[in-house]
Amino acid sequence: MRYRLLAAGAAAVLLLAACSDGGREEEPDASGGSAKQPTGYTIAFVTHETPGDTFWDKVRAGAEQAATDTGVELKYSNDPDAGKQATLIQQAVDSKVQGIATTLVTPDALAGSVKAATGAGIPVVGLNAGIDQYKSLGALMYFGSDETLAGESIGERIAAAGGKHPICVIHQQGSVSLEARCAGVKSKVAGTENLQVNGADDAAVTTALQAKLAQDKTIDYIVTLGAPIALDAIQAKEQAASQAKLVSFDLNKEMAQAVKDGKVEFAVDQQPYAQGYMAVTSLYLYIKNGNDLGGGGPVLTGPSFVDSSNIDKILPFTEKNTR
Amino acid sequence: MSRPVRLLARPEVGALVAALAIFLFFLAVAPAFRSAGSLFTVLYQSSTIGIVAVGVGLLMIGGEFDLSAGVIVTSAGLVNSLFCWYFGVNLWVGALLSLVFCLAVGFLNGWLVMRTGIPSFLITLGTFFVLQGVNLGVTKLVTGSVSSSDISDIDGFFSLQSVFASSFGIGDVTVWTTVLWWILFVALASWILQRARAGNWIYAVGGAAESARAVGVPVVRTKISLFVAVSFLGWFVGMHNLYRFNTLQAGNGVGNEFLYIIAAVVGGTLLTGGFGNAIGVAIGAFIFGMTSLGIVYAGWDPNWFRAFLGVMLLLAVLVNHYARRWGSR
Repeated sequence: MRYRLLAAGAAAVLLLAACSDGGREEEPDASGGSAKQPTGYTIAFVTHETPGDTFWDKVRAGAEQAATDTGVELKYSNDPDAGKQATLIQQAVDSKVQGIATTLVTPDALAGSVKAATGAGIPVVGLNAGIDQYKSLGALMYFGSDETLAGESIGERIAAAGGKHPICVIHQQGSVSLEARCAGVKSKVAGTENLQVNGADDAAVTTALQAKLAQDKTIDYIVTLGAPIALDAIQAKEQAASQAKLVSFDLNKEMAQAVKDGKVEFAVDQQPYAQGYMAVTSLYLYIKNGNDLGGGGPVLTGPSFVDSSNIDKILPFTEKNTR
Repeated sequence: MSRPVRLLARPEVGALVAALAIFLFFLAVAPAFRSAGSLFTVLYQSSTIGIVAVGVGLLMIGGEFDLSAGVIVTSAGLVNSLFCWYFGVNLWVGALLSLVFCLAVGFLNGWLVMRTGIPSFLITLGTFFVLQGVNLGVTKLVTGSVSSSDISDIDGFFSLQSVFASSFGIGDVTVWTTVLWWILFVALASWILQRARAGNWIYAVGGAAESARAVGVPVVRTKISLFVAVSFLGWFVGMHNLYRFNTLQAGNGVGNEFLYIIAAVVGGTLLTGGFGNAIGVAIGAFIFGMTSLGIVYAGWDPNWFRAFLGVMLLLAVLVNHYARRWGSR
């Protein structure tokens, strides 16, 4: 009797397990092409990534692809804590790498380590954050987006569309770059208001936004600063029956689909994949060929607008985790 | 001792007074708070914390902690989502697999604590880190990204969604079923604590494990069951998050373990074990939900969010503390 039950159970599981739609699509291995001959260069790549963020995942993917394409050995490390990030840079100097790419999110804390690198004759490239400070720290080049500029360009579009009262959703308390984005929006639309949410909990983000939309019915735009937060905002809007329009920073697969479906008006992409890719490639070119991209000035990777006009072209790239 | 004074010694009474005060406070300062719709948004927010907090509360009454309770919620959703997406199987298979996984983690937590005698704070801190790392690592391996893929096209999605993440409207009020599940779990936990024999065991192992063992209470079985209960409730909320949001960020859930503990403590549970009850924990979760959203409903400067939250929680704990002292004098 017991065996019969077991058999029935197993059969039921097998039946349920019989192929179902909507899962992974089987595809031939499409990972980034063949590796070049190793050049013997080792490049350290140090970021302030908080583990588990889709944005940083793309920066890293870009850096790794560039390393594969140029035949460079990449040493990736990260720590959101400024002191620990400085130690990671120092470690790269100590292990005598040929080049260092690093985010300069906390310039004062990192200045000492960056100086140690340039002092040891190791070229340093800044990326993602530190656009105003990279030169004084001694970094050769910079690849990233100007957060204030990006915020302003969003604000301009909102103002042009007649928006008066946007809320700007900050999902990480005390982040300088997120504050800069919201300040950029506010400089173009005076009625902009910030809202602080707990980005590590989707339910908390959704209810906080829903509460805000209920509290103030005059909100006409929601500006989110990351793709997962935008997806939560879609839910919050539905719950609050709000007519506010949604715009956002960053992209991922689901977010690109939401732009295509018209649930998100537009997304501003600072092209993280390009930040990682260019930082590594530029170091490679500098070591090999003495090139300095941007001629000392920052090379901007954004803001790049993604909306109904170009989403069809970009959507496939988000599926490959490169946009 | 007179009856009202003795009443104050009950764990949930202080929390109830605090909850009432906070409720009236936000009614006064936040016009948007004064609607049934807002109340149910607050209840929903409270339920997503409160469901796991019930288990964490029981565990704390039993004298132990579980720091892995926040990330296991994310692990639960990821196991289900990644497995079904990768192999293209019905989501019910993954949900059951995820349940087995969570119960196993709970059992392991409890078994290690009982077997080694190392404080549960340290054991579950270990599990917390392991789960956090595995969540990230496995998600990256399976999907090539750090968020899980959209599973809403896979078979079984809608039936699971109706169980774990459905809502219904009464007028212009949206009631999420998690609120009903929350009430059910609180009622069940209350019944166990007050009426079932296991309830006495839980108080006994939390108050004085050695004397409990001496009088024949199955200490090991009771404590392991409590860890398993926390994991089960974590699984439940994990299922809700997955079927409400379709995709999950692998790094999410960190920090929520403290919210569960805060809810239990605000609700009158003693950090040292042996004292507390399920209604109190539920009120604690409700205070958290009310405070976090009340600030938004009031339209205050969001930069002060955490500070307001801290003050509110501190006040709640103080009221609770003095009410209990006064009551037991």
